[in-house]
Amino acid sequence: MSAKILTGVHYMLGDHACAEGAIAAGCRFFAGYPITPSTEIAEWISLRFPKFGGVFIQMEDELASMAAIIGASCGGLKSMTATSGPGMSLMLENIGLAVMLEVPCVIVNVQRGAPSTGLPTLVGQGDIMQAKWGSHGDYEIVAYAPASCQEMFDLTIQAFNTAEIYRIPVIILTDEAVGHLREKVVIPDESEIEIVNRKKPNVSPEGYLPYLPDEDLVPRMALAGEGYFVHMTGLTHDERGYPNITAEAHERLVRRLLDKIQKNKDKIIKYEEVQTDDAEILLISYGITARSSLKAVQLLRKEGIKAGLFRLITIWPFPYEKIEELSRKVSLIVVPEINSGQVRGEVLKALKSDLSVLGVNKLGGDLITPQEIVEKIKEFLKIRV
Amino acid sequence: MEVQVKKEVKHRLSRWIREERWPHIWCSGCGLGIAMSSMLYAFEELNLDPKEIAIVSGIGCTGRVAGYVKVDSYHTTHGRPIPFAIGLKIAKPEMKVIVFSGDGDIIAIGGNHFIHAARRNFDLICICVNNFNYGMTGGQFGPTTPYKAKTTTTPYGNFEYPFNLPYLAASAGATFVARWTCLHAYHLRQSIKKALQRKGFSFIEIISPCPTGFGRPNKIGEGLDEMKYYKEKSIIKNGIDPKDAELSLMGGNIVVGEFVDINKPSYLEILMENNERIRREEK
Repeated sequence: MSAKILTGVHYMLGDHACAEGAIAAGCRFFAGYPITPSTEIAEWISLRFPKFGGVFIQMEDELASMAAIIGASCGGLKSMTATSGPGMSLMLENIGLAVMLEVPCVIVNVQRGAPSTGLPTLVGQGDIMQAKWGSHGDYEIVAYAPASCQEMFDLTIQAFNTAEIYRIPVIILTDEAVGHLREKVVIPDESEIEIVNRKKPNVSPEGYLPYLPDEDLVPRMALAGEGYFVHMTGLTHDERGYPNITAEAHERLVRRLLDKIQKNKDKIIKYEEVQTDDAEILLISYGITARSSLKAVQLLRKEGIKAGLFRLITIWPFPYEKIEELSRKVSLIVVPEINSGQVRGEVLKALKSDLSVLGVNKLGGDLITPQEIVEKIKEFLKIRV
Repeated sequence: MEVQVKKEVKHRLSRWIREERWPHIWCSGCGLGIAMSSMLYAFEELNLDPKEIAIVSGIGCTGRVAGYVKVDSYHTTHGRPIPFAIGLKIAKPEMKVIVFSGDGDIIAIGGNHFIHAARRNFDLICICVNNFNYGMTGGQFGPTTPYKAKTTTTPYGNFEYPFNLPYLAASAGATFVARWTCLHAYHLRQSIKKALQRKGFSFIEIISPCPTGFGRPNKIGEGLDEMKYYKEKSIIKNGIDPKDAELSLMGGNIVVGEFVDINKPSYLEILMENNERIRREEK
């Protein structure tokens, strides 16, 4: 293909940066259903894909979109869909299928105020738990939370690579504010972008077991049409991919699906620390709210209060151990988020002490301002004193 | 003493079967064996390479077909084999992608995908085995269950009107539409062969006995009794308007045949043409 990614410096919408990141990552199939505030991803893809030989298809609903990207990935195309809360709810059954079949794909959830139709054009961060627990059964998921347009580009590439490495669906769990933000995005030369592809079988079709994992717990993936005659089923299956609904087979399969993420979590988990070295108050935040939290840290520091920021880049797997370690050095943890306290609950799970974890929460579809965080902290400290 | 060596005789279709999965789970008298073998005979007679075929199924008794055929095969979620197959076919346009699933799967929960795949004239072969009930789940009614028929969730008789599937497919835009019963194995095979050699959306309905879930409560009897019914009551009417394709298991006729076979550019043909034009204009 003669088409090129947009190497250079751009002033770019977050959703567009995500779409361009997908193109740079090698994504060549997008199936989606329009939903605010994610539609600009589909629009950008529909404009750009034909030039790359990629296929954009607007499906009849989100259930179809999710099924289609799994099918396309089984045929070897790197595949993605983008949606928001209500659409995500519809995709969950087939996200479970992607987990069970071990098919790499990427799902973008540009979060808005919820539940139900909620606040279509306004920001929310209430799908944190849904991303991890939304589909039925036990499974592990990887979800990234970009906080800038640059990260919309970078983490989308990362999401595709992670999906390919572990043969999993990866979620980009962003929010309306980041999706609709317009800011500087630097797109490197194509040659500087690291692309990872799924492992292919290294044995003949006769000796190939589609679900026999390597040491890293990830099986090698044969594509449709390569003569391996794979059978993939959402039923509990053995190493041949054949249904086996015994307790032993289920334990073996589901344990491996959990372990391939849990045992590799140190390689997967990403975060950013700002002035945590000497911090007495630790802010833990993500997505657009992490930017308010960063400003709040600066405001608090100006007043002589030693605050620091721990920014989650992966929401899942959750960095429990790291947070526990940081908690030992601080006297207060503050978790600002645009929901009623979903990540705060995970932080509480991480702690071994009874350290206070103050939630700064908002449900109205508005951003949390730095001042609001500072005020909430001051108020809390006064009460404590 | 004479030693008798038993010579293993392979079935003509054995290369298409995952023999290690035998025996299958289907009840005796079920029509799925005929439905599946008709497809396999079609592969064999066209001398297809197993590498060029993929089968996608949903849930239920018919959904198990994917697991028995030795090609790339995908047993997906309930109602979603069509969109899964759409993704797969776009990734592998050179393959023949077949959706092989039941009436509950394709027409009830997956009905939306069915009409939209037909509307797009998407390049798929969609084979729907219609046994008028949800067999594996225990014989509940569905959108093809005949009026007044008894099922485990219509104990007083079904009072909903059923779909006429060929009419639905044709009006949504399918370019090849056929209906056969399991008795019409030869005709069915010819229709599948035709579908395998054309582009666009091909829909084949196969009327199949389900003695366990449907035959018993409706006093149709065993699978063989239902086949006798097909023999007595089916009429071949090729080329008729599918809206006139009567279907009754309650004393009326079963109209079978190839109802629609028209030429219209398929989804993939238009897609490729569009993409080429866009890239040409770019230069």
